[in-house]
Amino acid sequence: MRRIYFDHGVTTPVHPLVAEEMYRCLKDNFGNPSSLHHFGNRARKAVEEAREKVAAAIGATPPEIVFTSGGTEANNMAIHGIAYTNQHRGNHIITTAVEHHSVINTVKALGKQGFTVTILPVDSYGMVRPEDVARAITDRTILISVIHANNEIGTVNPIAEIGRIARERGVYFHTDACQSVGRLRVNVDELNVDLLTISGHKIHGPKGVGALYLRKGVRWRQTLFHGGAQERLRRAGTENVPGIVGLGKAAELAASDLEARAAHLTRIRDYAIKKILGSFKHVRLTGHPTARLPNHASFCFDFVEGESMLLSLDLKGIATSSGSACTSGSLEPSHVLLAIGLPPEVAHGSLCLTFGPENTEADVDYFVEVMGPILERLRAISPLDEETAYADRNECLSCRAAEICRHH
Amino acid sequence: MYTDIVMEHFQNPRNVGEIPDADGVGQIGNPACGDITKVFIKVEDGVITDARFKTFGCAAAIATSSIMTEMAKGKTVEEALRITHRHVAEALGGLPPKKMHCSNLAADALHAAIRDYQRRRGLPVPEDRPSSGHHHEDHHGE
Repeated sequence: MRRIYFDHGVTTPVHPLVAEEMYRCLKDNFGNPSSLHHFGNRARKAVEEAREKVAAAIGATPPEIVFTSGGTEANNMAIHGIAYTNQHRGNHIITTAVEHHSVINTVKALGKQGFTVTILPVDSYGMVRPEDVARAITDRTILISVIHANNEIGTVNPIAEIGRIARERGVYFHTDACQSVGRLRVNVDELNVDLLTISGHKIHGPKGVGALYLRKGVRWRQTLFHGGAQERLRRAGTENVPGIVGLGKAAELAASDLEARAAHLTRIRDYAIKKILGSFKHVRLTGHPTARLPNHASFCFDFVEGESMLLSLDLKGIATSSGSACTSGSLEPSHVLLAIGLPPEVAHGSLCLTFGPENTEADVDYFVEVMGPILERLRAISPLDEETAYADRNECLSCRAAEICRHH
Repeated sequence: MYTDIVMEHFQNPRNVGEIPDADGVGQIGNPACGDITKVFIKVEDGVITDARFKTFGCAAAIATSSIMTEMAKGKTVEEALRITHRHVAEALGGLPPKKMHCSNLAADALHAAIRDYQRRRGLPVPEDRPSSGHHHEDHHGE
């Protein structure tokens, strides 16, 4: 069966050159970088070379890079560390309604530990307004965390502008750049950020490795992991050497042919958006029409549910994502789709296509070809249509799920 | 994640559609919740002779609706009222735990259709009960 992977926002295939370097490392370079002998020194050298590559990819210096187990750990470390190291200066943290769970849940957890939290709303494109950030800052604010580019709707936030505001007001600024590295130009000085999160497997590197950029001079201490003195006391635990080597290579590749890759992805994205909006009825684009990731096209299809579409597409060989409740394991659709003001019944019909360098216009054509009959079939099964879709909201009382559903 | 029976019913659902002159119609769920099931039944001499459905929801919601209509057909109204959402899930070879409550509304929709039929005929309508005797067990892990 023809297989098309349109889910690069979730994870990416490992680049062959990354796999090659990792294999070489696994095979020939098993030492512990903390060891002082030959084997340790070789592993140390591999880790430091990777650090240089990651630093170069984002315009940082190598000592500002800390390797982690991935984006989630880097986000936790960044936020938790800033919060507890700067408690003497204040206890207020600002973030947004469209963050990744590893940011929003970390901030919410701190909200239960004596910190006060502001979660900023976004506009209907999912974009944070810099003036909202400026207004939210108080003399107790110690950290602002805003996602660079959203994974579900692709919208790119005005990070440089928010960073300028944060710097003027003397507040540390963190951005989760897991989606943007390798797709947009990411430079820590141009973006005015103090902390920045990178994930390996989103940039054609391996899973289980990421990095946190910590600007020199930022008051930050490791507050989550206790252990040895690895990563200059910033991340305890023996380094994931092959993973770090893979991340280094992936970061190098991500930065090296960025413009050509972004242009190719943008072409596929714009072709997909135009073709999908033109081919089907009752479909809308989610996220910003232009200020969006070059590889990201996300939609809501009315009267059908996301998981049914996703599974039907998978049966035809096409891999996608959805923000419907059924794919998240809760009763509510994605917090991002609700934050941009979509009614839950519309958010349940979300479908997200994220492209990679191997995708072509012909792949998009195949998607449109198989999506037509899928939509037709699912809409024929659905009791909803233009007339009924919004008329049934008061049926909650008879629903067995009512007691655990927020609509009741 | 799903059993082969679920996927088979999801891909080839039985008895999709409406019955224009239905003897009873029941609807459970709500588009905001992500699952909505509407059931139509024909009843002759106390026996369900036809059952059809329309469902908005995930694969589990569609598969449970489909197999429920198969289970209901040919049963008396009293027998059909004893079909629980647990029976529906068992007939599908099981459902993932998180789907048990939110996407397994077919039995409830069938019962709602039967109550509608009983009301229309002026028959006594039994007290509305949850369709499972072990109702709260479904909420494990929530």
